[in-house]
Amino acid sequence: MKHATRVLPGFGLTLGYTVFYLSLIVLIPVGALILKAVSFPFETLWQAATSPRAIASYQVTFVTALCAAIANAVFGTLVAWCLVRYSFPGRSIVDAMVDLPFALPTAVSGIALTAVYSKSGWIGQWLHPLGIEVAFTPLGITVALLFIGLPFVVRSVQPAFEELDPAVEDAAAILGASRWQTVLRVLFPQVMPAILTGFTMSFARGLGEYGSVVFIAGNMPFRTEIASLLIVTKLEQFDYAGATAIGCVLLAASFALLLAINLIQNRWLRRWGGAV
Amino acid sequence: MSTALHQGGLDALAAQRTEPAWLRLLLISITLAFLACFLGIPLLAVFTEAFRRGAGVYLQSLVDPAALAAIRLSLFVTLVAVPMNVLFGLMAAWAIARFSFRGKSLLLSLIDLPFSISPVVAGLMLVLLFGMQGFLGPFLSGLDIDIIFAVPGILLATLFVTFPFVARELIPLMQQQGAEEEEAAVLLGANRWQLFLRITLPNIRWGLLYGVVLSTARALGEFGAVSVVSGHIRGRTNTIPLHVEILYNEYNFSAAFAVASLLTLSALLTILLKSWLEWRIGRERGASMEEAKP
Repeated sequence: MKHATRVLPGFGLTLGYTVFYLSLIVLIPVGALILKAVSFPFETLWQAATSPRAIASYQVTFVTALCAAIANAVFGTLVAWCLVRYSFPGRSIVDAMVDLPFALPTAVSGIALTAVYSKSGWIGQWLHPLGIEVAFTPLGITVALLFIGLPFVVRSVQPAFEELDPAVEDAAAILGASRWQTVLRVLFPQVMPAILTGFTMSFARGLGEYGSVVFIAGNMPFRTEIASLLIVTKLEQFDYAGATAIGCVLLAASFALLLAINLIQNRWLRRWGGAV
Repeated sequence: MSTALHQGGLDALAAQRTEPAWLRLLLISITLAFLACFLGIPLLAVFTEAFRRGAGVYLQSLVDPAALAAIRLSLFVTLVAVPMNVLFGLMAAWAIARFSFRGKSLLLSLIDLPFSISPVVAGLMLVLLFGMQGFLGPFLSGLDIDIIFAVPGILLATLFVTFPFVARELIPLMQQQGAEEEEAAVLLGANRWQLFLRITLPNIRWGLLYGVVLSTARALGEFGAVSVVSGHIRGRTNTIPLHVEILYNEYNFSAAFAVASLLTLSALLTILLKSWLEWRIGRERGASMEEAKP
């Protein structure tokens, strides 16, 4: 019966190639990490994953990624709101430029941000007298992650604002809601899942980011050393158990966040009847 | 009279639907200031730093043999990786968007997997697989095949991080378009090549190009994954971003920013192409919706 409805050719070939290529490029390497982890004694792995230096690197990574994701959720939403709701000169250029962090190689972002935010840089020279050091501090890592994560929030929230039904806003206004009430209690609940998705994506990207951070971070163990950098350091010292252990922690964190994004989107689908 | 009243009501509603002018101005100013600090000024800084020591030094940095070798290697890796992504993207989109089978949503999540894995962890995976301490390392070195600290490793790392781009653009596009035209073509006797070249390809060309643009940008600019597997051998396993890093760490800032400015120009070109393609795809979608109306 199923075969009778299959008019189009090429199912076996295309699915076969997809699974083959997926295994070759993605699944076998992922499997190698997991197999390697299993091949070490658990004690060795646990010690490497929970050494004070590793714990410090998780803390730096987690806190800076969280701060950057929160800042992105606020400013990204504001940017999306202005792009959708207001017209101002150069709006379409600003709209296109939001993708810059996606398009610019991370190493270039890293050296450019370091140049701008270092003590003698265009912005850093104004912050330095105020006692704010950005480059080579955790704040610098946050700035880099803010840059990298911004498009995730804007591109997630922008379509949500565009899809809002103006009739709902009119109804709220006619029923006597003030503009503040309409925005906070009618508009925001509708775009909240999009903000949360963007926040989680920006946070997940921040946990794994490397290129833009290494230049601005200063890379001091226990202070500005992120988890990805510690993996690179361990590899350079031929400490494969250490690199594998920290790699597994990062992999587990990104799987957990991926699950979180899926849950948010599923709840959204159920709540809004699949109208996404 | 009644229409005037009606108009007045509409105007009042429209006014209710936006904020007072001062607040709008304030929000737009905050947005522009924020974007200037985090996007605009760093972008300008790349070019001013690149030309700080004059156009002569700038050009010198670009024609330096190590820079040229890095450019060649990056172009080579990109020219191999992007067509492989296109082939995979087309295959995956055909299987997923045109047939129903068990485990489709699992397959979709697995295709997205490289997006959520840290590039450094991706590089680590390849080292654990192909490095001397890895599973296949001893076997491969017996055959005199180098993967880690050599070009094949860089290619594999690039293939890993750019893996989902084309497939992710094509799958939703082909699902949305539906299979009617293709089924009609088959029933009218089209063979596989005619079906692909005359029906499918023209329908998906802009989406395909969009995926190509995104994966080219990522292939040229990938840093973390490639950095782990490359070994940074100047002139041999250095891509453009790795060359930027080496120059920067040698405090050769003008040269680092000069080479970085090339990547920045290609990023700006990417954004331009992306905006143009979004406009094209939007127009085509609008046109097909018009046709669909009775």
